[in-house]
Amino acid sequence: MDVPQIKKAAKVYDVVIVGSGAGGGMAAYQLSKAGATVCLLEAGGYFDPADPKYINQLKWAYESPRRGAGTTRAFGDFDAAWGGWEIEGEPYSAVKGTEFHWFRSRMLGGRTNHWGRISLRMGPDDFKRKSLTGIGEDWPLGYEDYAPYYDKVDDLIGVFGSKEGLRDAPDGRFLPPPKPRLHELMIKKAGKSIGVPVIPSRLSILTKPIHDRGGCFYCAQCGRACQAYADFSSSSVLCIPAVKTGRVTLINGAMAREVITDAKTGLATGVSYVDVPTMTEQSVMGKVVVLAASTCETARLLLNSKSARFQNGLANSSGVVGKYLNDSTGASRGAFIPALMDRKRYNEDGVGGAHVYSPWWLDNKKLDFPRGYHIEYGGGMGMPMYGFGFGMEGRNSIVPGRDGKPKAAGGYGADLKDDFRRFYGANIGMAGRGEPVPLESNYCEIDPNTVDKYGIPTLRFNYKWGEAEIKQAKHMQDTFEEIIHAMGGIALGKKPGPETNYGLEAPGKIIHEIGTARMGNDPKNSVLNKYSQAHDVKNLFVVDAAAFPSQGDKNVTWTILANSWRTSDYIIDQVKQKNI
Amino acid sequence: MKRRDSLKAITLSSLGFAGLNPQISAAESIMPPDVKPVKIPGGRQKFEAERDAKLNADKFFTPHELKTVTVLGDIIIPADAKSGSASQAGTPAFIEFMMKDQPQWQTPMRGGLRWLDNVCTKRFGKKFADCLKAQQIEIVDEIAYPGKAKPEMSQGVAFFNMMRGFVATGFFTSQMGIKDLGYVGNTPNQWEGVPADVLKQYNLSYDE
Repeated sequence: MDVPQIKKAAKVYDVVIVGSGAGGGMAAYQLSKAGATVCLLEAGGYFDPADPKYINQLKWAYESPRRGAGTTRAFGDFDAAWGGWEIEGEPYSAVKGTEFHWFRSRMLGGRTNHWGRISLRMGPDDFKRKSLTGIGEDWPLGYEDYAPYYDKVDDLIGVFGSKEGLRDAPDGRFLPPPKPRLHELMIKKAGKSIGVPVIPSRLSILTKPIHDRGGCFYCAQCGRACQAYADFSSSSVLCIPAVKTGRVTLINGAMAREVITDAKTGLATGVSYVDVPTMTEQSVMGKVVVLAASTCETARLLLNSKSARFQNGLANSSGVVGKYLNDSTGASRGAFIPALMDRKRYNEDGVGGAHVYSPWWLDNKKLDFPRGYHIEYGGGMGMPMYGFGFGMEGRNSIVPGRDGKPKAAGGYGADLKDDFRRFYGANIGMAGRGEPVPLESNYCEIDPNTVDKYGIPTLRFNYKWGEAEIKQAKHMQDTFEEIIHAMGGIALGKKPGPETNYGLEAPGKIIHEIGTARMGNDPKNSVLNKYSQAHDVKNLFVVDAAAFPSQGDKNVTWTILANSWRTSDYIIDQVKQKNI
Repeated sequence: MKRRDSLKAITLSSLGFAGLNPQISAAESIMPPDVKPVKIPGGRQKFEAERDAKLNADKFFTPHELKTVTVLGDIIIPADAKSGSASQAGTPAFIEFMMKDQPQWQTPMRGGLRWLDNVCTKRFGKKFADCLKAQQIEIVDEIAYPGKAKPEMSQGVAFFNMMRGFVATGFFTSQMGIKDLGYVGNTPNQWEGVPADVLKQYNLSYDE
């Protein structure tokens, strides 16, 4: 590529990494610790959870003029993540009749600033879906390949959990789990009575301090970023320590445009980017290029990296880049638990997220859908935030008043004020997160008509749920009601039915998308080999979830970390052997 | 780092002793040198700080509307033995802010207040805020109970449901309301599980 206006920096780094989330952070950490010089490009700004200028942790609802409403941040005013499903000047589109919502975090650490710290390993069968069911695709690797890396990730980053010996939810090297909260004990008891397992969650939160990071102090606010570094985010645990090696040059505000390749050799030589603060075109050169821009952004970058030699986009001789895009399924339901009315008050903030969850427990051979899901739970006496008290008219006639007499719904005055006290902490919520079947027909591509504010062609999505996912959501809804009834609870709202696909969230809403540059043994139907190395370009690697052929019902962050570490080891090995 | 030490460190850093944290110097050294400092409150992005400043400078409610919101708010959440009223907790100002922050509420709110004034004017010859307390309560009784309201009051019911929500959020997310509700978290602590007396009350245990 030869564009005259691009100023070329003289330095050639050992590795250029695009993206500072879980995948890019881990690669920067491992490669710099191994002695490589690394240039880490991040499209968004700098972020450090311990720097007061970024801290929202331990703020009260009333310190936000909107009391925490999600006006400018989708998950509330105090959520750590900048960006969201809509970013000014960075549009995307969808083909008519299809839908995808693309969540982006433009900041150091990327989307590890927004997640539930749910850190699950994929199980042995999750890697072998095609062999086991005839549907979907196998990974070119198995659990045995990832197990040592999952172990290393557990030790480096920290995750709590319990040894359960479940085949589909392999145990890790766990820190002690926190005890369940009151409603979680009730869920556990109800689950037991109907055969739904409820076990301690597996979250990357430090119930014991490790590696100079602080221990959890139980404020329930991991989502706001932890100033003690007691939870995992890529900024605090990987990127900042990597920068401290002195071998990592972090460039914030670097919006990647293209991977640059050599016309003769076909090898990657660097990355061109827009320097956001100055809106100038820049580039960095590297001997190895590692993409970790996020599943869809990585696909966009490859598809936009066209040249005479790579007319279809880079690493895309298979035509598979952008295809097999898949997000977790998600459906949820809320309930009111009369037994929890008029509760005794105490601090039950706990860690940020549920202390228990339900791993998938059934055999799909006996069901009318092919893949499983796990259940996440919510509830408790949390800090009242924006939205508190809305909808009381649908709630306060369900049970008699203090005097034992029936009450009319709604109301006002001292009696209503008392109802808010009585109902506080008596609601629970549950959400299923399931495995979708990856389909070639679900994909992102370059929109022929649109560019973003940087002049970079944008993505157009084409995504529809299939029967498998809709039936799975129906099963979730049935299970939720079963659990609620077993608790003596009252399900809130109308049970979602076929008219809403049983409450199945739109694609992209669960923010677990993977698959757009999947690995495989056959270069004709995959983009990367089993080392996440491009079949077509041997010094180009992908270490985000674009590389994954499937995702199980396991939130993919832990697998991104394990795969990025494994790929980094391979890069180090190949450089030593002078293969790249 | 011992947990107690990390708690200490948190207290210090939250007071602004940033220099005590070794991460800060690392942060500064990799900031681009040409970035000009902007006065932004902690935890906010620049565009958010600018947006909030603009919203705070704007006005939505007329003095009459604000008076109506205040009167109605204190009918929904009055002072009682335990805590003060909605207006004493600053709820009208919160509702004013939300109208500007999320403009989709403006028409239902402004229109609802006008609906209320119109009903009162027809029946009592005065706007809601100028009516006698008994007259105000007479109207509120007709829109506060969705299951009992007459069909011709349905728009009033919808308005009152919205208002009840805003007043409840405004009150119970205030310092006064949080204290009233008895939320005792948002502070460093050690989670040891559900207190023994509560476990006993619910006939639950950690041994099952």
